[in-house]
Amino acid sequence: MPSTSHNEDRIEAKFRELHSRGEGALVAYLTGGDPDPKAFLANSTALIEGGADIVEIGIPFSDPIADGPVIQASSMRALSQGATPKGILGLIRELSSQSPVPFVVLSYYNPILAMGLDRFLTKARESGVDGIVVPDLPVEESDEFRNLALKHNIDNIYLAAPNTSKLRLRTILERSKGFLYLVSLYGVTGPRDTLSPHALEAVSSVKSLAKGKIPISAGFGISRPEHVSAIIKSGADGAIVGSALVNIVSQYIENPDEAADYLRDAITKLKAATKKS
Amino acid sequence: MKNHVEPRTRSKPGKFGKYGGQYVPETLMEPLRALEEAYNKFSHDPSFKKELAGWLDSFAGRPTPLYLAANLTRRIGGARIYLKREDLLHGGAHKINNTLGQALLARKMGKRRIIAETGAGQHGVATAMACAALGLSAEIYMGSEDMDRQKLNVYRMKMLGAKVHPVESGSKTLKDAINEALRDWVTNVQDTYYLLGSVVGPHPYPTMVRDFQRVIGKEARKQILQTEGKLPKAVVACVGGGSNSIGIFHSFLHDLDVDLYGVEAGGEGLLPGQNAAPLVAGREGVLHGMMTYVLQDQVGQVQTTRSISAGLDYPGVGPEHAFLMNAGRAKYVTVSDEEALDAFKNLSQLEGIMPALESAHAISYAMKLAKSLGTKDSIIVNLSGRGDKDVEIIAKHIPQ
Ligand SMILES: Cc1ncc(COP(=O)(O)O)c(C=O)c1O
Repeated sequence: MPSTSHNEDRIEAKFRELHSRGEGALVAYLTGGDPDPKAFLANSTALIEGGADIVEIGIPFSDPIADGPVIQASSMRALSQGATPKGILGLIRELSSQSPVPFVVLSYYNPILAMGLDRFLTKARESGVDGIVVPDLPVEESDEFRNLALKHNIDNIYLAAPNTSKLRLRTILERSKGFLYLVSLYGVTGPRDTLSPHALEAVSSVKSLAKGKIPISAGFGISRPEHVSAIIKSGADGAIVGSALVNIVSQYIENPDEAADYLRDAITKLKAATKKS
Repeated sequence: MKNHVEPRTRSKPGKFGKYGGQYVPETLMEPLRALEEAYNKFSHDPSFKKELAGWLDSFAGRPTPLYLAANLTRRIGGARIYLKREDLLHGGAHKINNTLGQALLARKMGKRRIIAETGAGQHGVATAMACAALGLSAEIYMGSEDMDRQKLNVYRMKMLGAKVHPVESGSKTLKDAINEALRDWVTNVQDTYYLLGSVVGPHPYPTMVRDFQRVIGKEARKQILQTEGKLPKAVVACVGGGSNSIGIFHSFLHDLDVDLYGVEAGGEGLLPGQNAAPLVAGREGVLHGMMTYVLQDQVGQVQTTRSISAGLDYPGVGPEHAFLMNAGRAKYVTVSDEEALDAFKNLSQLEGIMPALESAHAISYAMKLAKSLGTKDSIIVNLSGRGDKDVEIIAKHIPQ
């Protein structure tokens, strides 16, 4: 298990390291425990082997309002296999003990509340979690959670949307740690054929407000290497790919080994697209 | 004594004690702010109020009568039971009070595409009616399970020009229809108005919908003072999301001698999955943008619910009810499927009034309560809707 000092600011350090290499971060998402714990571990390992810079793991929830059909289905698969928040954190612990990549957890607020904020964050920390995204906890509601996350040395990663006002954005940027998660489109998660027309514009306007104080990673609808490349070239520090990867998991449920191979391959191509020049 | 003071149960905007709030994806924060701003502006605008009052009177059929259920009272032999006849409103339920208010607001905000969720189909029908009358387009999300059990309302929505989207995700009932409507809203925020059907969801919905439903209690309080010359001993209403109940409770909040009873769906029992009674059988949590009581398992997954009445079949409840319960101002109880059916039969045969299965829950509890009170006392029951939509289900349960 990584020690506390080793874990500290690993996300920040990762962005710094990538910056000096002239690369953006590839943040790769999978739903925890999907389709079952064993295949999930193999798939996550494949992401890391393929070159993911940061691994983001979703805690499946019964009512994922920010997610489209692909991640909804993955959540249902995981839940039907008995996935629990504690179980998923246990799986992350296995992964983080074998790899130095930073781990981010995505969870809706209710499962966190059900475990108790402090208990959840303590367990997450023990499991090697470096950052957390709570998609239904906007800044207005998150004082208590943010303070506890700070105490536990877990980066509270806030989201910003295309319609977030400049005023709110300033507050969000000020309070975010690790990176800012920029939602690049109007909508829910899900693979898209083309990049949202709002994406590049949103990246540059957020980037200029952030003034280099915190890295910006864009997500939602970013599915292909050319999307990643366009996002990074427009100034983002990272690109988050989720549904496109979960889609691969869902296509090879019968052949878990193949899923891992396809994921490794997909990540390698996506990672290659993070070069800034 | 008349109470002109605005009942204040909110600690800060959008919160009722610790309940309520705005637990939503970031993309919804801006449209919620715009909605709150528009609502604050128009709810104080005399011309908006006059326009809404006009629609409520001549289109919806307000005011509704307060009717003494004399035969039922005689049969029970206790307190006089009065029915607030929201079942006589256009569309057959209290829902139209809210949909007219919000549809007018949407039109003022320049939004012409209206989306809504529906469980029993009553809110969908009321939305479709208001939208047709006001020249707006309506798209309704409805769980496919609910579409099966409330077929009549699906036809009605379609006849009224609304588009009905079946929802196949999750448990295929009201909670999933709300999920899907929220997802639609996140995607189409720029031109779409989300017309929520109960006092649930993120701020400002619980406050705004309550305000549109408060007309029920305002009328009822005046009416009971006119007929009885004093306030009732109790006010009873069923609680799904909690809009008809908060609507009738609100004018009585400061009348501390008036007991307020919210009746949740007891379904087949109080074990997990057998009921839809979050205040009685749930725990605090966050669902659909609000902190409230939620039926959930140990690890925070929202549970499926069960009730014979589709309109009560929801695992969450309006945050103001959570507040009123903890403050001790209102009591929340349950009535089982069987008891509700029994009340349906009683009211139909004794009074010639078929209540909605939702409202039958309130009737059932009021019958128990009336028996325990004196003949000089009175009770008001909110008869939130009529039972025509339920005849198919009732035919299955009550032999002819
Ligand atoms: C007749 C009737 N009563 C009550 C309800 C429950 O909703 P609420 O608790 O918001 O009044 C419904 C919902 O569909 C209904 O149709």
